[in-house]
Amino acid sequence: MLPVSLLQVDQLQVTLSTPRGTAVALRGVSFDLARGQTLGLIGESGCGKSLTALALMGLLPDRAQVAGSIRFDGTELTALDEPAWCRLRGARIGMVFQEPMTALNPLHPIGRQIGESLRLHKGLSDAAASVEALRLLDRVQLPQARQRLAAYPHQLSGGQRQRVVIAIALACGPDLLIADEPTTALDASVQREVLDLLATLVADTGMAMLLISHDLALVADRVQQLMVMYAGQVVESAASAQVFSQPAHPYTRGLFAARPRIGLARGTRLATIHGRVPELDAMPPGCAFAPRCMLAEQACRAAPPPVLHWQPAHHARCIKPGVTA
Amino acid sequence: MTAALLQVHALGKRYRLPRRSLFRAPPALTALADVSFSLPSGRNLGVVGESGSGKSTLARLVMALEPPSAGRVCFQGQDLQTLGAAALKQARAGFQMVFQDPYGSLDPRRSIGQTVSEPLLLLGVRSRAERRERAEEALAAVGLRSTDLGKVPHEFSGGQRQRIAIARALITRPRLIVADEPVSALDVSVQAQVLNLMQDLQDRWGMSYLLISHDLAVVDLVCDDVIVLQHGRVVEAGRAEQVLRRPAHAYTRRLLAAAPGAESAGFSN
Repeated sequence: MLPVSLLQVDQLQVTLSTPRGTAVALRGVSFDLARGQTLGLIGESGCGKSLTALALMGLLPDRAQVAGSIRFDGTELTALDEPAWCRLRGARIGMVFQEPMTALNPLHPIGRQIGESLRLHKGLSDAAASVEALRLLDRVQLPQARQRLAAYPHQLSGGQRQRVVIAIALACGPDLLIADEPTTALDASVQREVLDLLATLVADTGMAMLLISHDLALVADRVQQLMVMYAGQVVESAASAQVFSQPAHPYTRGLFAARPRIGLARGTRLATIHGRVPELDAMPPGCAFAPRCMLAEQACRAAPPPVLHWQPAHHARCIKPGVTA
Repeated sequence: MTAALLQVHALGKRYRLPRRSLFRAPPALTALADVSFSLPSGRNLGVVGESGSGKSTLARLVMALEPPSAGRVCFQGQDLQTLGAAALKQARAGFQMVFQDPYGSLDPRRSIGQTVSEPLLLLGVRSRAERRERAEEALAAVGLRSTDLGKVPHEFSGGQRQRIAIARALITRPRLIVADEPVSALDVSVQAQVLNLMQDLQDRWGMSYLLISHDLAVVDLVCDDVIVLQHGRVVEAGRAEQVLRRPAHAYTRRLLAAAPGAESAGFSN
C-alpha cells in the first residue's frame, strides 16, 4: 500500500508586493509528504524555502497573494480563515524556527511557554499543563528538567533553548513538524545533537517532518527525500542518497563543489557558482539558473525548462540532467 | 628564519561577573588562560573551538580592543599593552579585523565610501583625494566598482557586504587580518567566492590571516597552523593537516566528528 499523503502542495505560487511592484516569489512549488516521512528543503537565501514554510503555516505577510493548493490531511489550507489557522498551528502543525532566542518570550518561564499550547488547544489546567511540560522537557533531553521549568530563556544556552522550542512544537503531538533552519544559530556539535534529537522524535512519534536548511551536507543523512530550490522553484527532487550520489541539476552540483571539505590542500581554489541569484522582478525568460550555468545553451535561455523525470523518482528542472561537462 | 608577525605569550583574560552576595567577592569567569602561539609573516593561523571556548575573546585581545588580564600580545615585536593611545592608533594600521555579520558590521546610514575610508581618517590622512583614491583601490581589490562608493549597505547582498568589510580592513594595507567567522553568515556558493578572494588577496599582498571559525573545513583550506581552544585553553596545536587529519586530542576528534559531512569524508573515529 502506498503511504497516505499527509500534505500535498500543488503548484503553489506566492506573489509579494514590494516597493517596486509585485514579485512572484514562489513559482509553482509542488510536493507530497506522507505520514512519518522526512523531507529536506535546501536552497540559498532568497530561494523561497522559508516562504514555503510560512505558506504551510498560514503566516505569509498580509498582502501576499497565494495561488495553487495546499492540502493538509484532506483540508484545503489556502482558503482557511485566521481562527481556523489558529486551531491548526501549534496543534497539528508544529514549528521550530531558526533563532531560539527570538522564538521564545524572554519574560515568561519556559515551563509556562511549553504549557501554553496545551492550555489553549487541549484545555489543560495549569497544573496538568505543567506536568506535561516536564514530560516534554525530559523527552527533548533537557538536563535537570524539573528545576528548569521555572527558568527564563536567558538562563539557557542556545542548544538548550532550541530544545525548549522543540518541546513547544511537540506539545500537542502534531502530525507535521516544520523546522526552518533549526540549527543554524548553534555550534557544530550542538547542531548534530539537535538534529539527532529531531530524527529520534520523528521516528518515535511517526509525525512527518519538513526540514529546511541552506546546508546540503547537514541535512542529507537525516531526511529520506530532498528537494533543492532555486529562485522560487524546486529544481531537483529525489531520495536524499540519490541526490548525493547522482546530482542531476547543475545548481545542485555547484552547491556540492563550492563547499570546502576537510582534506583539501591549503590554498585550493573552490569551485564557485559565478554571478548571483536573479532579482524576483527581473527573472530571465528561460531557466532561472541559465545566466550562472556553465552548460547553458540557447534552448535553456529561450524557455523555462520542464520538470524532467530523469530517473524513476528523481526529477530535475533541467533539459540536461546529470550532464557534467 | 622569519621573525614572528604576531607573538602571543601566556595570554589570559578573566571577566568579573555580577556580585551574587554583598558579602562575597564577585565570581570571575576565566575566558582565556595561558594561550601562547606565534604567527610568522605570510602564514595563516586558524583558531577553532565551540562557542564559549574563548575564540572571540582571543580576537579582541589580539586586536587590543581589551586589555589582557595576563600575558602579552606582540605585533611586529611591539608589546601592544605598552603603547600609548596615539602610538596604538598608528600601530592599528598594521592589523585589521573582519567580523562575522556583514549586516551588523556596516553602518546602514553611511555610504560605502565613508565606511571603507574611515580607518584612513583615524590614521590622520587629511587629503580627501587620497582617501578616495585608496578607497577605490580597496574596493577594486575585492571586486567592487568605484561607483559603489556612494551607495549604502542595504543596496548590497550579504556576500558583497562582506567584500566591503574586507575592503575596509585592507585600506590601511595591514600585515595581519583577524577574521572572526568571516564566511559563516554567507550562503555556500557565496562562501566559496569570499574564501577564494581572501586567498587572492594574500597571494597579492602577502598579509597573514588569523582566522577564527567553527567550520573546520574552512580552517583546513585557509590555514597553515591551527590551535584548538576548549574552555579558554589550548588543548591542541600544530600544522593544520596534522591537527585536522590526525587529531591527537579527544576534543579535536569530537569537533571533527561533529563537522557536517564528516562521515562522507572518511572521518568516523
